[in-house]
Amino acid sequence: MVMKRLRWVYIALVLVFLYAPIVVLIAYSFNASETRAVWGGLSLRWYAELFRDKGIMDALYVTVSVALLATMAATVLGTLAAIGIHSMRSGMRAVFMNVTNLPMLTPDIVTGVSLMALFIFAKLPRGYGTMLLAHITFDTPYVIFSVLPRLKRMNKHLYEAALDLGATPSRALVRVILPEISPGMVTGALLAFTMSLDDFVISYFTSVRTANLSVLIYSMTRRKVPPTINALSAIMFVTVLSLLLLVNRRDARSDKSKLKGA
Amino acid sequence: MSVRRGNGPGLRRSMFAAPYGLWMLIFTMAPIFIIVFYAFTIGGKPTLENFKLFLEPEFVGILTFSLWLAFLCTVICLVFGYPTALFLASRDLKRSAMMAVLFVIPMWMNFLLRTYAWMSLLEDTGLINRFLTFIGVGRKKLMYTENAVLFGLVYNFLPFMIFPIYSVLKRSDLHLEEAAQDLGANGWQVFLKVTLPLSLPGVVSGVSMVFMPAVTTFVIPRLLGGGSFMMFGDLIENQFLTTGDWNFGSALSLIMMALILISLGFLNNANPEGEEGALW
Repeated sequence: MVMKRLRWVYIALVLVFLYAPIVVLIAYSFNASETRAVWGGLSLRWYAELFRDKGIMDALYVTVSVALLATMAATVLGTLAAIGIHSMRSGMRAVFMNVTNLPMLTPDIVTGVSLMALFIFAKLPRGYGTMLLAHITFDTPYVIFSVLPRLKRMNKHLYEAALDLGATPSRALVRVILPEISPGMVTGALLAFTMSLDDFVISYFTSVRTANLSVLIYSMTRRKVPPTINALSAIMFVTVLSLLLLVNRRDARSDKSKLKGA
Repeated sequence: MSVRRGNGPGLRRSMFAAPYGLWMLIFTMAPIFIIVFYAFTIGGKPTLENFKLFLEPEFVGILTFSLWLAFLCTVICLVFGYPTALFLASRDLKRSAMMAVLFVIPMWMNFLLRTYAWMSLLEDTGLINRFLTFIGVGRKKLMYTENAVLFGLVYNFLPFMIFPIYSVLKRSDLHLEEAAQDLGANGWQVFLKVTLPLSLPGVVSGVSMVFMPAVTTFVIPRLLGGGSFMMFGDLIENQFLTTGDWNFGSALSLIMMALILISLGFLNNANPEGEEGALW
């Protein structure tokens, strides 16, 4: 009994540690005063100012649009790649899997500087476009690693049966294979999307003229952080929370075998 | 793949990976090639000078400092994360899945925002110092110290230790522990002889998932250490963005990659079940 209590206390303490900074950000977002040192009473002032702050709004637009575009591109590229890799001979497959593993093992900072070197070498001005290319590059492996297990688990005779029943290969692909692997595609897309949203290091090196939120926040911490950032954190936290609840619902409904899927 | 269809859909279907292959050639292989080229040349001439430069005490010192800090961070994460994972995975814990989600949520929050929040807690006029002054302990210098950097590392990477251990324990066979109990083992013996060995693959992946990013980070020491404690990641960033010495920066990048691959290989050997990377 005592053990059980202690267990709860311990878990609660770790949670306090993990949530402390988030609670602080949200609390300060309602602080009417300009500085953190003074509590000026409750106010929604910073929320109003947040939406008028062009710098933050631009960065928000960059973050979300890059994440969406990169996720879409990575899902198409990655799903096609997974189908291709799945039907390869073992030697070729090993080559592809190693190349896919590489960006996941490479430290972000090395991926960042090497892509920066590539863009400078190719004389591409580093901005929105190069950031998008970089994001597609690090997102795609997540899709492949989510789709491949689905393909492996799939009954391959289904596809052959479809062909025997007169379906063209492309029709069999759309009607038989895609529905089977779509849960893996969704998982992969979600993973890719979060990776993109959260990325700082690679965006920092691959874009100088366009900042996403992470890069903007970083440059602010080097100078002065406006209180509007607190309001932004609160909104982001609520968004993340609702997204996660949504995903969790979806996971609970789909089969348990997905536990290892991603 | 059906044998009857001579040139076969199998052959054609492997072509689906062609766009991706091309993409990786341009955006993964070519950049690495460029880095390798810069690392082994100066002004286009082949040389090992860049690697020799690294051997200077100043740079070796930065590497050892990074390794040491990452090591401390890993140990602290293990000490605090293991019991957390163990408690979370215990069978009699109600709503264990929901509790696990509670641990994931903070990770989804932009890590720069969270680190910035710690800055406002730790600064000289921050909440912690005001509390310390209030209870009469007096103001302590918390920000821009080595401990602040370590603290930030632990904060950011603790969940990466908890989850692999939690998921391995959650998946392990409950009957093994029961059998040990039935055979007369007490609580400690069950833990030492059954639970702990079962959880080792999780520990190994947890250690690699904490140690790797901790060695390579450059943001956390920059923000919480105020730039006075240079880690290996800072050094690389400096070479590319401040000093402009791409050759030396590339050599450092290769050293870092080698370090990561060697330690991964080492950890994989320690982990016959190959659980590494299975975070979710």
